[in-house]
Amino acid sequence: MSVDLATVKRVAHLARIAVSEDDANRMTGELNAILGFVEQLGEVDVSGVEPMTSVTPMAMKKREDVVTDGDKADDIVANAPNSDRNFFLVPKVVE
Amino acid sequence: MTELTHLTIAEARDRLAARDITAVELTDAYLAAIDAANGALNAFVTVTPEKARAMAKASDERLAAGKAGALEGIPLGIKDLFGTEGVHTQACSHILDGFEPRYESTVTQNLWNDGAVMLGKLNMDEFAMGSSNESSYYGPVKNPWRAEGSNLDLVPGGSSGGSAAAVAAFLCAGATATDTGGSIRQPAAFTGTVGIKPTYGRCSRWGIVAFASSLDQAGPIARDVRDAAILLKSMASVDAKDTTSVDLPVPDYEKAIGQTLKGMKIGIPAEYRVEGMPEDIETLWRQGIAWLKDAGAEIVDISLPHTKYALPAYYIVAPAEASSNLARYDGVRYGLRVDGKDIADMYEQTRAAGFGQEVKRRIMIGTYVLSAGYYDAYYLRAQKVRTLIKRDFETAFHAGVDAILTPATPSSAFGIADEALAADPVKMYLNDIFTVTVNMAGLPGIAVPAGLDGKGLPLGLQLIGRPFEEETLFKTAHVIEQAAGRFSPTKWW
Repeated sequence: MSVDLATVKRVAHLARIAVSEDDANRMTGELNAILGFVEQLGEVDVSGVEPMTSVTPMAMKKREDVVTDGDKADDIVANAPNSDRNFFLVPKVVE
Repeated sequence: MTELTHLTIAEARDRLAARDITAVELTDAYLAAIDAANGALNAFVTVTPEKARAMAKASDERLAAGKAGALEGIPLGIKDLFGTEGVHTQACSHILDGFEPRYESTVTQNLWNDGAVMLGKLNMDEFAMGSSNESSYYGPVKNPWRAEGSNLDLVPGGSSGGSAAAVAAFLCAGATATDTGGSIRQPAAFTGTVGIKPTYGRCSRWGIVAFASSLDQAGPIARDVRDAAILLKSMASVDAKDTTSVDLPVPDYEKAIGQTLKGMKIGIPAEYRVEGMPEDIETLWRQGIAWLKDAGAEIVDISLPHTKYALPAYYIVAPAEASSNLARYDGVRYGLRVDGKDIADMYEQTRAAGFGQEVKRRIMIGTYVLSAGYYDAYYLRAQKVRTLIKRDFETAFHAGVDAILTPATPSSAFGIADEALAADPVKMYLNDIFTVTVNMAGLPGIAVPAGLDGKGLPLGLQLIGRPFEEETLFKTAHVIEQAAGRFSPTKWW
């Protein structure tokens, strides 16, 4: 399988990365080189093989359903590019 | 008297315990070394001298009071991927511009609890994506090694290139690193240092910037095998904050060093003899086999038939997980923001300006293989192949193999800004051909220096072990180290 310029632009938008025409052109070639490389997986007989979901044979640990953390609003917004009274500020989204 | 910065961790530990040197003297020696060398090598992206001296002073007080921890007063460098409270933590990406977490990663907290001293944060490939440290927002790291009679700058490998270079150039006693496809073992091999990626689940991932969560593991880079064992003992823990942290006690790895190899079975996989591999590496591999045989191990030929599919499967699984993990960098909660005409444009402009080329490439691949209609063909198939890769190892271990010996890398260190590698991303990815299988199967792997190639550059051998049998790797790597000797670069910087 390979990707064309329109697909690259669509994927870039899905990934929320702005791309120029030049970027998209260059990426088309790079992505096709990588997709060409992974194509060889098609040779492997995977019939009846379970996909890996956990690399270690262990059940997912579950913690007690109790509050162990919190009350850290100041810490959480400390690194925000733009915040006001412990709210994150973003461009207006509702007219 | 040996220069303080040339002491191994084990030696420094003994001298500190004997009150023969102080932690402040040791820390000052490293700070002076960094000051003199970092302009040339670019291994550290931030140095924290005040913090280091305060920690060293506290160490001296604990040493005087007889309350020393296992790493009391030992100055370490920390890869920029580890969250360190109030200190630069950016995964060497522009998108985390100015980020200083309000928390400490479990691994670094474990080190500080044992008395270690932080010198600063180490350079790396952006978000740990790379094999040359050239994708860092802070510029490439130079390898302290140069080919004989050459002044060409070489890469230290990646992604933990700053960690490996700093350890090799005596700018820290040891360093933390992480390994998703070879990012500890490949730079260790390129710099003549020892690097171990422990079993998945051995070190907590809590507080480490995530790349590919099912593959990422932290581990140390050190000057010798014993130091790597000492560091891993402190880094590893059982952590309730990471649901993949395994409930097994951490052994005293150092005790494994010096144990006999008699009765051990070492597997030699036919599939690691790849086309175009330099003769030097083939020779070194044979030499390694001979050393282990001389030490009493039995050598057996084994087959890991799905080896060649590990790298292509990795380049689906890792980017898929990365595209999901890196979705959090949106210009809202931390790091860089570039304004746009609306919120979607703000996201897109921020991510376009904040991520470098390699990171964008991987996010794009990940987004594509997970997108509607392609999931089964790519991601699901890759996860099935991953099951087969793990099964290959299980078959070998089931047949009685205790550890597997392979080359660590398909070449020695290459030049910075190598044109052939820059032109073809897949060529760069092939650096991890011998290491990536280990991440796909969640196994422990160690790279240990075993010799120099014809150009006088270090080459490493890799040992792969059964899950949670890091002790086997330490004792076997120690035998190689005893036979090969240790390697240090000639100072040019």
